[in-house]
Order: sequence, then C-alpha cells, then structure tokens
Amino acid sequence: MVPFWFIVIAVLWTGFFILEGFDFGVGMLHSLAGQDDPGRRAAINTIGPLWDGNEVWLIVAVAAMFAAFPGWYATALSGSYLVVVLILASLIIRGVAFEYRGKRDAARWRRTWDAALTVGSVLAPFLIGLVLGDLLHGLPINSSQNFTGSFWDLFQPYGVFTGVALVLICLLHGATFLCLKTTGTLRERSGLLARRVAPFTGAGVVAFAIWTHVTSSTTFFLRPLELLAILAVLAAVWLVYARRDGFAFTATTITIAASIASIFVGLYPNVMVSTTNPAYNLTVHNTASPPYSLKVMSVVVIIFLPVVLAYQTWTYYVFRRRVSRDQFAQKPPPVVPAQTAPPTPPEQPAGRPGRHRAVLHPRGRSQT
Amino acid sequence: MALDLARWQFAFTAINHFFFIPVTIGLGFLTALLHTAWYRTKRDEYLRLTRFFGTLLVINVAIGVVTGLVQEFEFGMNWGAYSRLVGNIFGAPLAMEGLAAFFLESTFLGLWLFGWDKLPRRLHLLTIWAVSLGSVLSGAFIMAANSWMQHPVGYTMVNGKPQLDDIWAVFTNPVFVWGYAKVLFVSLVTGASIMLAVSAWQLRHGGDRPVFTRSARLSLIVLVPAILFTLLVGDELGVVEGTYQPMKIAAAEAQWTTCQPCSFSLFQIGGGNDDQTPTQIIEIPHLLSLLATNHWNGKVVGLNPLQSQYSKQFGPGYYVPNVFIQYWSMRAMAYLGVVVLLISLWGLWLIRGKKLATSRVFLWVAVWGAVLPFVMNTAGWLLTESGRQPWIVQGIMLTKNGISPTVSTTWLWISVLGFAVLYGTLGTVDLLLMLRYSRNQLPPARAAADVDAPVPAVQY
Repeated sequence: MVPFWFIVIAVLWTGFFILEGFDFGVGMLHSLAGQDDPGRRAAINTIGPLWDGNEVWLIVAVAAMFAAFPGWYATALSGSYLVVVLILASLIIRGVAFEYRGKRDAARWRRTWDAALTVGSVLAPFLIGLVLGDLLHGLPINSSQNFTGSFWDLFQPYGVFTGVALVLICLLHGATFLCLKTTGTLRERSGLLARRVAPFTGAGVVAFAIWTHVTSSTTFFLRPLELLAILAVLAAVWLVYARRDGFAFTATTITIAASIASIFVGLYPNVMVSTTNPAYNLTVHNTASPPYSLKVMSVVVIIFLPVVLAYQTWTYYVFRRRVSRDQFAQKPPPVVPAQTAPPTPPEQPAGRPGRHRAVLHPRGRSQT
Repeated sequence: MALDLARWQFAFTAINHFFFIPVTIGLGFLTALLHTAWYRTKRDEYLRLTRFFGTLLVINVAIGVVTGLVQEFEFGMNWGAYSRLVGNIFGAPLAMEGLAAFFLESTFLGLWLFGWDKLPRRLHLLTIWAVSLGSVLSGAFIMAANSWMQHPVGYTMVNGKPQLDDIWAVFTNPVFVWGYAKVLFVSLVTGASIMLAVSAWQLRHGGDRPVFTRSARLSLIVLVPAILFTLLVGDELGVVEGTYQPMKIAAAEAQWTTCQPCSFSLFQIGGGNDDQTPTQIIEIPHLLSLLATNHWNGKVVGLNPLQSQYSKQFGPGYYVPNVFIQYWSMRAMAYLGVVVLLISLWGLWLIRGKKLATSRVFLWVAVWGAVLPFVMNTAGWLLTESGRQPWIVQGIMLTKNGISPTVSTTWLWISVLGFAVLYGTLGTVDLLLMLRYSRNQLPPARAAADVDAPVPAVQY
C-alpha cells in the first residue's frame, strides 16, 4: 500500500507537468508567438478552457502527499517555505491573469496581465523544479524531520538546474502545443520559437538526465527512464526541425513525463534526502499514514482518477480545433458588451462592417 | 511571535478565501438555475441573465481558486507539527476534495465557458450543473475536515497519535452535518444577495426593467428560505457545538458562571476577557437556555467551572477562548442575519404588490445589503475558529504545539506581508471588476428568428 501511494503521487506530479507544462510554455511564449493583441489572445485561448483543470493536478498531488505522507508534506513545504510562497504568488498572478486580461480593453491593462502571465509562467515551473530537485539532492534535515538550513540552502545546484531544465522543457512543450493548436502566422511563429528553443531544451534535458543519475545512483548505466528522457528530447528536437507538429508534441510529452518520473524513481524509497545524516532521510515508511487511511484513499483514487481522466480527455476532444488569430482580430462577442460601442481595432479598418457586426452580435456563430 | 504570525496569516488568508467561496457556491447555483430556465423556456431574457451573471461568477471564481491554492499549502508551510500529527485524518478529505470536487468544478467550468457553441444544448446545461455540484461537494469535504478539528471522531490514539479508523464517522460527525448545512445556506444567502444587489442597482439606474425584475425576484425567492434556514440551522449548530465545545458557546455568551435557566444577553458593556462582571446588560430571560440546549430551563456551564474542569483534565493552562471576539462575532452574525431576513421579507412583500422594481428605497437598501452576508460569514468563522482556541484540534493538540518549529519569524513576516500586499491588490482589482461588470448593460436581445441559433462561446 505504501509503495502504491508513492506511485500515485509520482503519477499525479507527472500528470501535472505533462498538462500544465504546455500551459506554462504557452504562458511564457504568448507575447512572443502573438505579435499583437489578437495574436496573444489567440495563443492564450488555445489553453483557455483547459488550464484550470490542468492546475488541479498540482492541488491533488500536494493534497495526496498530505493524506498519504504527512511527514513529507510538512517537511517539504515548511522547509522550502519562502520558495513555496513564491510558487503560490506566481500561480496566483498567473491564474488571475488569464481571467482578468480580457476583461478590459485597455492597452496598459492587457500589457500588465501579459507580464503577470509571463513572469508567473516562468517562475512557477522553475521554483517547483527547484523544490523537486532539492528532494533528491537533499537538504539539511534533522532527526525530527525538520529543515534546519537557511533560505539560501534551498538553492542547491542540482535543484536550480532541475528548475532550469523544467523551464526549458515547458518552453518547447508549449511551443509544440501552439504549433498544434493555431493557424497561419501564429503557427509559423510558434514553429520558429520551437526551433529556437529546441537545441537548448535538448542540451538541458541530456544534462539533467545525467545529473539526476549521478545524484541518485552509483551505477554507470543510466536508468531506463533517464535514457527515455534523453531519447525523447533528441527525437523532439529532430521532429521540431522536421516540422512534424503532432509527433514533436508527443515527444515533448514523453520528455517531460520521463524527466519528472526519473526524479521520483531516483528518490525511492526516500522521499526527501537529508544532507545532515543519511539516517535522517525521510522515506516512504517513516512518513506514511497508517494503513487504514491509505486504504480509504486508495478506494477513492481508484474510483475517481479514471473518471477524471475520462472527462478531461473528453474536454480535449471538445476543444480539439485550432484557434486562429483572425477570430480575435475583430472584437469577439464579449460576455457582456461594453456600454459604449467598442472601437474598431486598428488592424481592421472600416470597410467590412457586415462581418464585424456578425461577430459582435450573439447571432453570429463563433469560429472557434 | 512565530505563533501569532502564523495564526494571523492563516486567519487573513482563510477569511479572504471565504469572501469568494460562498459567492461561487451561491451564484453558481443561481446561474445554473437561470441557464436551466433558458434551456426549458428558450426565452431570451434568461440567456441574457445567464451570460450576465455568469461573467460575475467567473470573475469571482478566478480569485476563489487561487486563494484556495494558498490554503492547500499553508497547513504544511506553517502548521508542520499539526500536519504530521493529523495528516492521516485531516489530509484524507482534502485529497478527496481535489479528486472528486476540484477536478469537476475546474474542468467543467472551462467546458461551460468555452463550450457554448460546441456542445449540444442539453450537454452544455449539464456542464454548469457539474460546476455547481463541484463547488457544493468541495464544501462538504473541507467542512468534514474542519469539523474534525472542532469535534474529533472516528480515530483511536496509537502511541499518542490519532489514527483514522472510521471514515464514515468523519462524514457523519454532527458538527459536520450541521456546519455543512449552514455553509450551504449562507452561500445561497450570499449569492442571492449579490444577485439582488446587482439587479437592484440596475433597476435604479435604468437597466432593462423586465429582465432585472425577473432576476431580482428569483434572488428573493432563493434568499427568503435560505436566510430562514441559515438562522434555524445556525441555532441547531449552536446546540451541537455547545455539547462538544462548551467553552465556545459559554464564551460566545460571556457566561462566566453556570446558569439555569439562562438569560440571553442582547447587548452588554464589559464582561469580556479581563472583566467577568458586565456593567450594563440587556437580557431576555430563558432565551439562552433555549438557544444553547433547546430547553426552556436548560443549563449552560460557565467559563470558570469549565476552566477548572479542563485544567484537571488536560493539565495546567488557560482554556478560555477570546471572550470579546466570541461575544461580538456571535451577535454580529445573528443580528445581521435577522436584518437580512427583514430585507428579504420586505422584498417579498413588494413582489406581492408588484412594486419591486419601483420602490427606490428598497432598491437602495438591497444594493448595500450585499455587504451584510460578508460580515456575517466572517463573524461566523471567527466564532467557530477563535472559539476552538487554544486548541488546534479540540482536546488533542494545542494551537501553539501545531506550528512548524523551524520556520523563522523573518520568513513569516515576509510571507504575511507578501500575502497582504498580493491579496490587497487582487481583492481591489476583483472588486473593481465586479462593480464594473455589474454596471454593464445586459447582452443585447436576439432577434426572434435567432432563438435557435448557436450562442457564441466565451473567450479570454
């Protein structure tokens, strides 16, 4: 039961990064992929209906740690205290940015939320990566499972590099996602961004996989997952240059999954390494909840996780169509039209009033 | 110092979070009702109202979700010792909440917003009900967890540590059953008050009269029973809490000595923390006995006898919660509840005379009345949570023993100030957006020929 719960938590974290990984990437890249406001809106709307459901994977991963391994939850979050505060702040500004950006039609307002979305989307995977990397590298932890170091002790080289590698993977993952989900110039620019990022991501993941292996093992040969991460990222780089969007996205998905999973494989049976004394390591056994709690939670997760996967998959099917910049070039139908007539956007000089009106008016069919 | 900062931070973030939660639950339910009305009648005004109030719902959900994220992490960050001790019990409903409720709410909210023109009408209607169900369910799990801290059940002590041995006991805890019912009803009160206030503002400022009269009526029809049940359930919750947490109720009445029968103190000066004898007191005989025990001559044990009993049972210490907070939050909650009830009955009476849309005094009161549920809710949580002190888990762990031992005061100051700035800014932005969109016009009516045309999706 205890190893099962370790696997559940590893699966939840991996699922979180597969899904929210491209959300982070799109958040980082939306200002670069979209040249103007309609382009940026289109980029954001590729993940519009999806990002919130994706982020719940993080909440569930953390809550599952709380329920199944309370000691792990308590030590990780209280030890990385200020980093966790920063993670929360970046997730907060990013989350409201999605919702509030489009709620006012003012250039400064939108630029502010663009910045919030970009900064939040860079910081969140970097800092979460830092925390995950620190689990494996180890932190000063005493015999009563409490972190005893300072704030700067959290910035272990391996942890920092894990954060950097995750940002790089999310960038490529997001860029390939945008290629898949957009049309026209937006798609071309996303492809260009993917090709720019790809070599860095490739180098980053190769280094990360090797460093992970060196940190967690004394053997020479890479573990299968570490090898898979390297092969997948090399395939992703090649596929990005070969402009095979669908396969490239599959490859980045495998890359991010294998990278996150390899941290957890490297950890087991530890959950947090103590640099003070290996005897103080937090393990699945000395942090786990008693069997009854795990049994109850197992029933719940076995029933609900497949259901969640089913309706989230269905959501991706419903929103499978590409998003184009042109949908946003005219004012999309606002939820509630502003009191004054919206000004004509500069890209659409007068001359097509009929079409403009069709989109403005609820009668018009939206093109998404 | 670290303890105080950790407590301030939790109180601040939790109170802020609970500004948005009842709006999400209440307004979500009302929006689902409006959407259903449109589905069944195909009448355009229901669609316009659904889109209008749906926007307000979404502005509010965004900040409710992100403030909830903080709550989920805060137990481990600030209350490490607590998390270690009771994670196997308290963490379980939290994990269930994520799996069963948050996924449902978040995924289907995306489907509802962006799915207007992509899903068949019936399926699309189901998505808003799934959102509503998700928010209602999440309340159940978190209230089960909270109620366990008020009245721990379903566990055995093994080596001084509580271990869950009966999950059903956690979900049939009487404190949970009544507390959860109360949360649902106050959420309806909050959501309906917002809908009423927005409709009233629109009616006063030349909004579409027939349409907003309809939403004002709907909100009143929900508000009247919701506030009535809030008061009734609240009363019963008082009896239940009085049984398991007698300190909480005695402190809420500033009842230092045991009484039988007990008078209810309507208003008093003095009798608080450092002073056991009030100088001025207006009382109603027998009412406290009735409220606290459901009996005309019921006995309420006073704070002093309880203190000596607890000292014997749990060792030396001071076990009386902050009497000033208890006494006044109880009264703020109850008195404002009565005010809300009166406002809603007034509105109902105006509906009967068909004067709802024209009574400018009522409409003015209804606009400002939207503030009351937020004060009530905050007072209610102060009463519940401050009344549990000095315990973090009643009878099992003291709050001062629950904090993370190695989180420094400096870290705490940084996080407290950081959250204060962040929440202050985002709260202001949220309020301004809510006001702005409340004052917008309704989406335009559709031509009669377009009744069956697809409705455009919402986009960011």
